[in-house]
Amino acid sequence: MERSQLFEDMKKAIIEGDSQKAESLAKKSLQNQIDPRKAINSGFIPGIQEVGKMWEKGEYFLPELMTSANAMKSAMALLRPELKKSQVPTKSRGRVVIGTVEGDIHDVGKSLVASMLSANGFEVTDLGADVKLDKFLQSAQKKKAHIICLSALLTTTMLGQKRFIEMLKEKKLKTQYKILVGGAPTTQKWADEIEADGYAENALSAIQLALKVMGHKGSLQ
Amino acid sequence: MIPSLRPKFELLTPELIQKIMKEAMNILEKQGVFVENTEVMNLFRESGMKVKESERRVFITPQLVQECLSQAPSVIKLYDRSQQLEFKVGEDEIHFDPGSAAVHLLDHKIQQQRKPWTEDLIRFSRLTDCLEHLHFQSTGLISSDVPETVADSYRLFISLQFSSKPIITGTFLVRGFQPMYEMLKVIRGNQKSLKEKPLAVFDACPSPPLNWSHLTSQSLIDCARAGIPSELISMGMTGATSPVTLVGTLVQHVAENLSGLVISQLAEKGAPVIFGGSPSSFDMRKGTTPMGAIETMMIDSAYSQIGKYLHLPTHAYMGLSDAKINDSQSGMESGVGAVLAALSGINVISGPGMMNFESCQSLEKLVIDNEICGMMYRLLEGISQREEPLAEHLFEDFKPDTHFLSMLHTRNWYRKEHIFPKIVDRDTYGDWGRKGKKSMAERAHQEVERILQENPPALPDKDVVKELKKIMLFEFKKEGLSELPEIKY
Repeated sequence: MERSQLFEDMKKAIIEGDSQKAESLAKKSLQNQIDPRKAINSGFIPGIQEVGKMWEKGEYFLPELMTSANAMKSAMALLRPELKKSQVPTKSRGRVVIGTVEGDIHDVGKSLVASMLSANGFEVTDLGADVKLDKFLQSAQKKKAHIICLSALLTTTMLGQKRFIEMLKEKKLKTQYKILVGGAPTTQKWADEIEADGYAENALSAIQLALKVMGHKGSLQ
Repeated sequence: MIPSLRPKFELLTPELIQKIMKEAMNILEKQGVFVENTEVMNLFRESGMKVKESERRVFITPQLVQECLSQAPSVIKLYDRSQQLEFKVGEDEIHFDPGSAAVHLLDHKIQQQRKPWTEDLIRFSRLTDCLEHLHFQSTGLISSDVPETVADSYRLFISLQFSSKPIITGTFLVRGFQPMYEMLKVIRGNQKSLKEKPLAVFDACPSPPLNWSHLTSQSLIDCARAGIPSELISMGMTGATSPVTLVGTLVQHVAENLSGLVISQLAEKGAPVIFGGSPSSFDMRKGTTPMGAIETMMIDSAYSQIGKYLHLPTHAYMGLSDAKINDSQSGMESGVGAVLAALSGINVISGPGMMNFESCQSLEKLVIDNEICGMMYRLLEGISQREEPLAEHLFEDFKPDTHFLSMLHTRNWYRKEHIFPKIVDRDTYGDWGRKGKKSMAERAHQEVERILQENPPALPDKDVVKELKKIMLFEFKKEGLSELPEIKY
């Protein structure tokens, strides 16, 4: 198969949100000893870029966004270890620990943000929902995270975001991480009030925000 | 006299109901539900159900579901604070109550939503108490000037003082139940009277899909034992936390509600439960949960039909809107929802006043919706034969200049046949202009202020207020606060 055709298929698999196809194409590119960097940059990333564009245009809705992000994640899971093996060190766009704070079992919005961050080149550790505040910190320390994302969907549980930041301040760790908050009841005002490093209203702006706090310029990958 | 036809709206065929029931029962038996409450886990184990301890998962047999269904009452009676008024919750009786529980209030003066505080809760309770078509009160606002940890009991504390209507409420934390129970007992005098004449209904929301949190399962068993009716509020979001098809969400809805009903019956045989919910269509573009979506209303109507099929009292969140101000969208969604809810014969319809995805209450909308509710009661009365003959006799000696305005027949019947809204505009164009060209929202605001000014609060006896304050203060002290917010009576 022509390389250009393979890259085209990769792009298509992401646009169609076909995880199985994306995986098998990633495997095929490895078998054919195609540089994984090339596969990512010429095949998969143009796919997720297109998905982003279609979302902006209002053609794609959440189910497409979510399944495409998952397809991207599946391909990256195969290619990333190979990248690490290769001679040239590759940089991820940043390490992120994400979860919904304790007492809150809402998962959907947070998972979407996690998938989209991961699809856009961040190394994401998704702790799930109802996560104890200690666990956020432990995981961030273990993973040497740059960013900690706290989600909350209830007005009662959003206080957990505040407590987490207070906890970091007490431990004098606040400046080590960028703390981003989100979830239905949260606002920019709330983020300012609790001294979070950022707030995003939806998954796409969360990526922009993550890029911004990491000092990356530009828009979606 | 020929009896009038009760208009009725149904979406499900008997075959589809059977199929939904069967799949829901299969899920309960084969996949089970998660229960995060040890006491409830024990209840299931004692009743012989299979329990997977490590996953906190229980499997419920169809036999147990059937047994519990046969125990639960098909009609519940609620009584107001004075015990004078009795409300039947069941069959096709409908009762409206304000949508609950909003974290914001739409402040008419600034045309923005803001956090509500004690004074807003008082105005809200007093207004609801005066609006005749809202049969029940609800603890519809969350006060931001008290600690979150006492916000649930504080809502009830205000409601019980400023309104005499039965109340739809619920706990936010497990510890909220005890003070709320104590307050209700103070109103009724003792535990037994409260059980005999329930004053409040507590909402219990499973976490979709198929999970009963520690809080909600505790609320179910606490209420069952106290004789307080529980409203089962399953709330799948199509394609997000429940299947994307409406019928798929109904399967999950029924499975969740039935498991709640079982928990409640295991705690206390014959405990009163209401088959309710707050499911919603999930907007795949915005990631929001529109309560004004027609699909949301269709799910509501359909699960209530299943509730009726199971001979249980029913509830739904209908007659609310996702609009941010009192505009056309607000009226459109609230009106359509109220019509479908009424025609579906849903017993407790929670919605009036509510907007912005169940997050914001508006006093003006409450007044507007009260008029919609009035229209619904009229609609359900249907068209009756008032006398014999119907009208033939009115045409005797019929002449070209015959009119009906001066007939005694008109005078006798017009108030019974027609309702007269207060704030709906029926002025001529000229009169409307002379009165300041006011919009519905502006007229509603005037009405809010008029009602609150002209109707003194319906306070209970001083001793009762004192007792309620004692209970509330005890909770505040746990939070390190020495006094309650100031309340102007």
